[in-house]
Amino acid sequence: MNTQKITKNKIKGIIGRHEAEKTSLIAILQDMQNEFRYLPKEALVAVGKHLDMPLARVYEVATFYNAFSLKPRGRYLVEVCAGTACHVKGGFNLLAKLERELKIECGQTTKDGTFTLEQVRCLGCCSLAPVVRIDNDIHAYLTQDKIPRILKKYRK
Amino acid sequence: MSKIVKMEDLNKAKKRGLDALMPRKTKIMVGMATSGIASGAGEVYRALDSEIKKRKADIILKKTGSMGMDCIEPLVDVITPNMPRMAYGRVTAKQVPAIIDQILNGSIDKEKPTYYMGEEDFIVTGEKIKYYKGKKPASLKGINAIGDVPFYKKQVKLATRNCGLIDPENIDEYIAKGGYFSLYKALTTMTPDEIIEDVVKSGLRGRGGGGFPAGTKWRSCRDAEGDIKYVICNGDEGDPGAYMDRSLMEGDPHSVIEGMIIGAYAIGAHEGYIYVRNEYPLAVANLTKAIEQARACGLLGKNILKSGFDFDIRISQGAGAFVCGESTALMASLEGKAGEPRAKYVHTVEHGLWNRPSNLNNVETWANVPLIIARGGNWFSAIGDKASTGTKVFSLVGKVNNIGLVEVPMGIPLRDIIYDIGGGIPDGKEFKAIQTGGPSGGCIPAKLVELPVTFDDLKKAGSMMGSGGMIVMDEKTCMVDIARYFIEFLESESCGKCVPCREGVHRMKQILEDICEGRGQEGDIELLEDMAGAIIDGSLCALGGSAPNPVLSTIKYFREEYEAHIRDKKCPAAVCKALIEYRIDPDKCTGCGLCPRVCPTGAAKGKIKKIHTIDQKKCIKCGACVESCKYDAIIVE
Repeated sequence: MNTQKITKNKIKGIIGRHEAEKTSLIAILQDMQNEFRYLPKEALVAVGKHLDMPLARVYEVATFYNAFSLKPRGRYLVEVCAGTACHVKGGFNLLAKLERELKIECGQTTKDGTFTLEQVRCLGCCSLAPVVRIDNDIHAYLTQDKIPRILKKYRK
Repeated sequence: MSKIVKMEDLNKAKKRGLDALMPRKTKIMVGMATSGIASGAGEVYRALDSEIKKRKADIILKKTGSMGMDCIEPLVDVITPNMPRMAYGRVTAKQVPAIIDQILNGSIDKEKPTYYMGEEDFIVTGEKIKYYKGKKPASLKGINAIGDVPFYKKQVKLATRNCGLIDPENIDEYIAKGGYFSLYKALTTMTPDEIIEDVVKSGLRGRGGGGFPAGTKWRSCRDAEGDIKYVICNGDEGDPGAYMDRSLMEGDPHSVIEGMIIGAYAIGAHEGYIYVRNEYPLAVANLTKAIEQARACGLLGKNILKSGFDFDIRISQGAGAFVCGESTALMASLEGKAGEPRAKYVHTVEHGLWNRPSNLNNVETWANVPLIIARGGNWFSAIGDKASTGTKVFSLVGKVNNIGLVEVPMGIPLRDIIYDIGGGIPDGKEFKAIQTGGPSGGCIPAKLVELPVTFDDLKKAGSMMGSGGMIVMDEKTCMVDIARYFIEFLESESCGKCVPCREGVHRMKQILEDICEGRGQEGDIELLEDMAGAIIDGSLCALGGSAPNPVLSTIKYFREEYEAHIRDKKCPAAVCKALIEYRIDPDKCTGCGLCPRVCPTGAAKGKIKKIHTIDQKKCIKCGACVESCKYDAIIVE
């Protein structure tokens, strides 16, 4: 999944799909996030104007919810499940291994823009614990030694 | 889709549905809930599709939800006319040609089914419909009937009655299993008061965690002043390790919708909302389709079943905030705001969404409603325990052999869930504790394994029912680390409105981190207990009010483990990295050379066929050597 180019038209198009009501705020931001993979500043400003809402309110909601990111994400989103089942099965060791392999900390993006590393609360596939999700692929029963090979596949 | 107005229309849909459920030719169903897809069901489905097409076989291929036994997914069910239903577990794409071979030549010699089903329970109507007539085929010898599979034996499926058995995208199949007949009964033969009376009689308590009697809530909302009222379905299942609501929304969305329409009629609401967690795209997709079908049939919209009652449902997607599972925060989020809870003395049944009377129930609660209307409140209250009636769906996960969703009658002892259904603890390890109630629940120790699972017994033991996560822990789970884990979760999910929760939980996390990292001091346990009291008393909502639970329950039952961390600077379960060492057992090491190869820091050293060593100065305790060692030669303590 590539980050989409941000254009005024695209922002306008997304806003136009929703009613100009304050209750639409979260739904608009969700569409923006899906389109651009983050919330660019110009989008937040445009949403505020459209809904006649101070930018601070828009920013409050954008920073309250975990689904929104104010920083651009990499080409692939690597999410380490931090659910309880994954935790008791040593999921934290996978995060540490990924941090070492990608040379970034959790929440950061690699310099080449390929990977963003994040933790996710629970993916709900506890029978496959511990798991890591890379975009839409679930990597089940993961062990540290499998990680370099998996990353290599995406780097291509 | 034809409109459903009269009983006749329902019966016609039922007939169509039965033909789809048990068709006159072979049907294959693949469990394609999120759990199935994550296990590789998509690949299996595609392989089946191409194999059927390649052979031009006259076989129907369908998707279904999850039967709950996640540990045997991908699950493929084969329904052949006049034959028991065969379930093949852990199917891979490679096995597909052999399975199709068997179907076409009527044998079961190459691929052995995991279990078979002789009949299907239609719990809403009280019928049992057989898949075949006459004697059990001889070829089934050695294959378990579903009722003899330990995982299913003690389960009673009420809420998840249709999951994994029907195609969730086909409203006719839902109707075939008795669906929407309860709505017909409610709207054409019952008054709102009679419906509420039945729900009160059933003893149904909220399945989302609080356990508040659903009938009482409905009554208050009905009695509240206001012309516009709302019913809301809470599908913001945020507890890590809990996913029963997802399975219901994915596998049987109509049961939730039907429950909501009945509830709305009883309460006097004309608008409904389903608030679904951001991470559940398949649930949203299946609910959306189901709502569209219900609308097309006239079961949602104006003048439903010609009763004069109007009602419609909208779906709203969450944006990733655990606190939005709390009812007032959820309503704030529905209004497009940040999901901050508010004080509880203002009741949402009077002043809820947009300050209007609102009745919120959890997914599982709504799914039980059609069953209660169909079979009656008294029938429902006879199941389970006296004060906790009916069943509860749990996600049984962690250090247990059979992982999956289980629906059990309330009052069942924990032992039955862990050992009979769950098949005990893997690798011969010892059972240590079970965590229930999500992050704000508690850990129940092994000595309380006979505890009956009811709202009140769990609470008395220092935990709670919660939404239904059950995480089994063995001797290798550190209880201080678990407390730290949950507190860290709650710290980052606290909305920040109340100081005791925002600052108190943060401070508790720091203390727990200190203990886990060997900086614990005498008095820390007492300090934690003291702070817990203040946080419980000083927080507005249930998140803060129950945040200290994981700490209090682990201190209550595992105090000596805290003391070992603080006094002896030891982690008995060998989890807390600052307190453990990795060493090589010279008696077991064969000098195979694997651990030096996987060690990221060069701490593990040694020549081939010479006993290896670990340099403590370089070791970062990442566990890579333990993972790689085939001889169990790495000692961690």
